[in-house]
Amino acid sequence: MIYREAGDFSTTYEADSQTFPIRFDRYRYYLVLAVAFGVIPFLVNDYWANAVLVPFLIYAIAAIGLNILTGYCGQVSLGTGGFMAVGAYASYKLMTAFPEVSVIIHVILAGGITAGVGVLFGLPSLRIKGFYLAVATLAAQFFLVWLFNRVPWFYNHSASGQISVPERTVIGVPVTGPNTDAWAKYLICLVFVFACAWLARNLTRGKIGRTWMAIRDMDIAAEIIGVNPLAAKLSAFAVSSFFIGIAGALFFSVYLGAVEVGEVFGIQKSFLVLFMVIIGGLGSIFGSFAGAAFLVLLPVLLKNILVGTLGWSTDLAAHFELVIVGGLIITFLIMEPHGLAQLWRLAKEKLRLWPFPH
Amino acid sequence: MRLKLVSLALAGIMAAAPAMAELVVTSLSYRTGPYAANGIPVADGFADYLTLLNERDGGIGGVPIKMIECETGYNTEKGVECYEATKGEGALVYSPLSTGITYQLIPKASADGIPVHSMGYGRTSAANGKVFEWIFNYPATYWDGASIAINHLLDQNGGDLKGKKVALVYHNSAYGKEPIRTLQELAKKHGYELSLLPVDHPGQEQKSQWLQIRREKPDYVLMWGWGVMNQVAIQEAANIRFPMENFIGVWWSGSENDTLPAGDGANGYKALALANPGSDYPIYGDLKKYVYDAGKAAGSGDQIGYVLYNRGMYQALLTTEAIRKAQEIHGTMDITPAMMRDGMEALSITEARMSELGLPDFGPAFDVSCENHGGSGIAKIQQWDAGAKKWNLVTDWIAADRSIVDPLIEEDSMAYAKENNIALRCN
Repeated sequence: MIYREAGDFSTTYEADSQTFPIRFDRYRYYLVLAVAFGVIPFLVNDYWANAVLVPFLIYAIAAIGLNILTGYCGQVSLGTGGFMAVGAYASYKLMTAFPEVSVIIHVILAGGITAGVGVLFGLPSLRIKGFYLAVATLAAQFFLVWLFNRVPWFYNHSASGQISVPERTVIGVPVTGPNTDAWAKYLICLVFVFACAWLARNLTRGKIGRTWMAIRDMDIAAEIIGVNPLAAKLSAFAVSSFFIGIAGALFFSVYLGAVEVGEVFGIQKSFLVLFMVIIGGLGSIFGSFAGAAFLVLLPVLLKNILVGTLGWSTDLAAHFELVIVGGLIITFLIMEPHGLAQLWRLAKEKLRLWPFPH
Repeated sequence: MRLKLVSLALAGIMAAAPAMAELVVTSLSYRTGPYAANGIPVADGFADYLTLLNERDGGIGGVPIKMIECETGYNTEKGVECYEATKGEGALVYSPLSTGITYQLIPKASADGIPVHSMGYGRTSAANGKVFEWIFNYPATYWDGASIAINHLLDQNGGDLKGKKVALVYHNSAYGKEPIRTLQELAKKHGYELSLLPVDHPGQEQKSQWLQIRREKPDYVLMWGWGVMNQVAIQEAANIRFPMENFIGVWWSGSENDTLPAGDGANGYKALALANPGSDYPIYGDLKKYVYDAGKAAGSGDQIGYVLYNRGMYQALLTTEAIRKAQEIHGTMDITPAMMRDGMEALSITEARMSELGLPDFGPAFDVSCENHGGSGIAKIQQWDAGAKKWNLVTDWIAADRSIVDPLIEEDSMAYAKENNIALRCN
């Protein structure tokens, strides 16, 4: 009844091709932004920021990055953890080498460095596809983690092999280091998420996104109609790694503060982000958010319910958490193989006709 | 009338509030994942000792202890979540039992004003209390451990290790990398040759490392391992028939859970001991009476008396003794984390006090001071007897080589102070 196109007239091409063509959707989007930027920073406390919101936002960036590569361009990657590590170590080296430069620039530069590394490891994708490419990116994962463990230059020769973030400020407010307020942590991540999602959305519906999707759907056909596979695949690797690098840099500098590469950026991280993309929905920006929310928030929620409310012992709860999350993933994928984004799409279709379906 | 009721209720709450005072102690434990085999006994020992104090003495100074357990799975992200979730409850001290999580918590807890006690793990240079106000790692540090192991080898070789080959098998993480600097410095001093063999998390795959050991034939192998890595390493060492008495683990690689799976092959394996093994102590009588028989034991009871169970109990003992000290200093029973820190800094463990607590001749006697947060830095060597399935002590307390360890601590902590603009204390 309220969710419909009727009465919403587009008089320009811009209005016709906007991301949210339905007025109700548009207002909902503005409302979400207003709450995220204008309300939550005043309410957020340390627990919500560090355990829930900041990891969710950072994983959302990583999931958007992987979604561009896997969901839009069809190139399977298991190197996400390694690329996040590149972002983290790049930001660490930059932050310690140029302390006077703003941390925002460092995070973006770290994304750029990761993009370069991503292109390098994306080169094999020109010759190999599918499972074989997954194995090649898996090699990137192991190689990068090994490299950051092996070469002391990357961790400034610290005795423990860990990297720890120095305190850095944005307009006088600390955003990294232990004295960061919850709202500052949250806001800096939110700004990056907003910028990345906006950029990703506009890239994927433009020319470059269409070439990615053409490659994904059938690379030979795409080549015949004039898509350059070299440019398309490598640009997908570059853009995807750029986002993943930003996610890695934020993960290290804003969220954890101290990082041990083998533990934090191991193969589990690659799988976790891949699961987020698959559960959220391949080839959907919203799906990246939904997948990240599902896999970050659900375990925390389950833990709080099982241990906090029901009073189960911690080990039983930890085991059951795996069972429940695993069970839900299987159920979701059987019921809706295209992920949470498709469920959302179907719900919107139904809403349009409500209350008078055919 | 209504007003009266409300004020009555309010008065009731206010009167009840002081009686509800609790000493909140957190247990960031891991009972799941590849490190559970070592995490469970520590968590059980920790919980059972606190239960004993609550049941037998009604807490500490009459204030009951509330233990909040939080599962970290030895994972830093979950550790952060646990820290944030429990710090709001008034946690007095954190003992995360993970060097990785300790590194996370050092800046965070220092900023929040909550002490961290990383007992025999964590960042070694936190022993310098001038720099690390909130961090404690008594009774001994990793660098002490490395030096003690080498001192034991010196002892066995008549004080000369020239030309000997020593290999370090270590967990490829902050934890395992800790002793490297010390061992390198000691190699310079004593002239042995050090080779490094990292084992990646979680540590199940060690074939290539032990193949290398078989090829290079080092005289001694030291190990900084944890979790499943310990069991696998001991099994692999037995498989290549490495002489077990030349294989020495740190105090985190020397519990029954590590040696039992290898059966007779583990016979003769040595490890450092922060405190004595075994369950032959008066406190076990009380534990049996107030905890086990009352059905209040934390785990399934199969870990009781194991080295790491004792370690958990020791951790709880040092924590509660510091609480007692803090209560004494500040003259209040309901202490805050800041008071707890003062208690930890003034902590003095004597043999007489240990006997009173039911653990005579168990751990070292030591004093914590403003400058020294690292304790006495001494340990014994224990050896596994596979036939009797028990650890036997083979040495008395061995001290670390302070002339090597102290300058390293000074150097590393000063670098940290400079990096983070920390003003030195204790002047």
